[in-house]
Amino acid sequence: MTNSSLVISNLHVSVSGKSILKGFNLEILPGEVHVVMGPNGSGKSTLSYALMGHPDYEVTEGTVTLDGKDMLALPSWERAQAGLFLCLQHPIEVPGVTLESVLTESARAAGRETSMIRQQMIEEAESIGFEEKFLERPLNVDLSGGEKKRNETLQLGVLGARYAVLDEIDSGLDVDALAAVSQRIQGFTDEQNLGVLAITHFSRLLEVLEPDKIHILNDGCIQLTGGPELVNRLEEEGYQGLLGT
Amino acid sequence: MANSNLEGFTADISESFSGPNWLSEIRNEAYSQLDHVEAPNTEEEVWRYSRVNELNLGELTPSSNRPENFTALPIDRFSSSSATVVLQDGWISNITIEKEAEEDGVIICPVGDLEDGVKYFGAALEKPVDLFGYLNRAFGPEPLVVVVPKGKVVKGPIVIVSLTDTSEAVFPRIIIHCEDNSEVKVVEVQTSSNTEAVISPVLEVTVGQAARYSHCVVQNLGARTWQFAHQAVDAGKDASAEFFIAGIGGEYARTRTDCRLTGRGAFSRINAAYFGEDDQTMDFRTFQDHISSDTTSDLLFKGALGDSSRSIYSGLTKIRPEASRIRANQTNRNIKLDPEAWAESIPNLEIENNDVVCSHASTVSPVDENELFYIESRGVPTPVAERLILEGFFNEIISSFPVEEVSAILQEAIVGKLDRRTLDQSEQLHE
Repeated sequence: MTNSSLVISNLHVSVSGKSILKGFNLEILPGEVHVVMGPNGSGKSTLSYALMGHPDYEVTEGTVTLDGKDMLALPSWERAQAGLFLCLQHPIEVPGVTLESVLTESARAAGRETSMIRQQMIEEAESIGFEEKFLERPLNVDLSGGEKKRNETLQLGVLGARYAVLDEIDSGLDVDALAAVSQRIQGFTDEQNLGVLAITHFSRLLEVLEPDKIHILNDGCIQLTGGPELVNRLEEEGYQGLLGT
Repeated sequence: MANSNLEGFTADISESFSGPNWLSEIRNEAYSQLDHVEAPNTEEEVWRYSRVNELNLGELTPSSNRPENFTALPIDRFSSSSATVVLQDGWISNITIEKEAEEDGVIICPVGDLEDGVKYFGAALEKPVDLFGYLNRAFGPEPLVVVVPKGKVVKGPIVIVSLTDTSEAVFPRIIIHCEDNSEVKVVEVQTSSNTEAVISPVLEVTVGQAARYSHCVVQNLGARTWQFAHQAVDAGKDASAEFFIAGIGGEYARTRTDCRLTGRGAFSRINAAYFGEDDQTMDFRTFQDHISSDTTSDLLFKGALGDSSRSIYSGLTKIRPEASRIRANQTNRNIKLDPEAWAESIPNLEIENNDVVCSHASTVSPVDENELFYIESRGVPTPVAERLILEGFFNEIISSFPVEEVSAILQEAIVGKLDRRTLDQSEQLHE
């Protein structure tokens, strides 16, 4: 039997020979929202890049499976095709390449119909208040930080991923944009059973997004796991108080 | 004697070319100087990294016979052209001028047909800059001249197709003169059959006061052809001279472009896209000479190098002491697609005035790892993602070309090269 879940087991990741993640474990079921919080340098971004297979992040030990499928054996694009989506903290600008061409090629590789891509883009853009004129821009070029995050959310919607890793999607977003983006993601979770791994510094993302679990990451592995109430304790005590360091 | 290896380039051949007396004198004079002209060698900065040392001039003879049979040429796609000219092996074989351009007084003819033709020859290039320039003068058939009258705007492009179908040395020359306040676009399609020809074309352009000149070069030579092209432009007061170069074919294709900003307020632009494959070498040298104040130059060269192809970009932007309020940009970007591919990029500035805004930038790197990761992370297969990035990379140049048909030719050539890469990659996967 194949378990429907994203399972990260004993993940060890090195960057330039330096060990960053040291035995990270997490299981996310469809429709669940898991939040990973942690101080700077705790390995949050490393986790997101390693999951998606960035060449600079070397997995030295452990496994990642999506619905039973070994993700680490696959190139990035096949991980995406399997249903994994990474919402980057700093989306990359790619001059001369349009969003539509990327989404079309992705659909083509999946053997899906490509004629509806444009319409889907327009609908998703509307649902998060992403101005339609931005759809014509080369990927992320000349977009503000907030527009880039809306653009990431739009792509998540069009690609129809099953699990999304959101790397600080809240950073650089103003109040309205944050509300629009987090409502949309909560919608994917409620309606399409999207599993979410949200990496964040701040609790404000959680005003709309309803977390099932909060995990505190420090020194490369999860130190503490709890329910939403953990956020309040973190606000009061800080990482030092919470982790007793 | 510096050029004892020029045995095939005889006085008899030089004297055999037709044309007016003044042209014969130019040929004679150039021929008599050949012994004193140093053969180019890679020790000189302007020939550094070039493959000129591989060329054995002693094995070459100049093409001296007017070809009898002319090949059908791909000119029908320029539906809106104002005129078409066909040069074969450097000889003018056909000139067609549309009615509107003719009524406007646009002149397109062999230079000897003009009584005052001599005043156009050498107007933008008084003296050859190297041995190939002297050979062009001594062994070139009668040059083509284009004169655009004062104040006239030529609507469609003038299309000049230069076809080489010989394995000899070929020396075409095109001379263009835009009188004051005129406007014209010229498209030069350079093509050759599968011969080992060595082509040294010279293009001279003078742009009068406030005139607007655009020149598109489609270098689509055969895979075994060598080319040493020289383009020289002189821009007058408030004139605009723009060059757009598509480097597609050839085994070794060198283009040297000299922009002389002579008049106050003159503007020059050179945009180029080149894509090397197999063992092609694309060699570009540029000189932007800011002679007068308030002049602007802009330069953007973008290239991709696959297989074991090579490219050289070497450019000098020079600001003279008496030239103030100058703006000059010089950018060269190269994407190295394979480990054996190689790109050399040398942008230089020589500034002798304080009141200038100058920039220069150059990069040689593989496809950006982060751009590739980003597109792949959306579910796009690696070769397709690489392709999207390359198409995007060239898009900036393609969209800048002022003649739609030329943009389309460049786009098709890039797509064709990318298709061959995709095919090679999938064959390698299945081996």
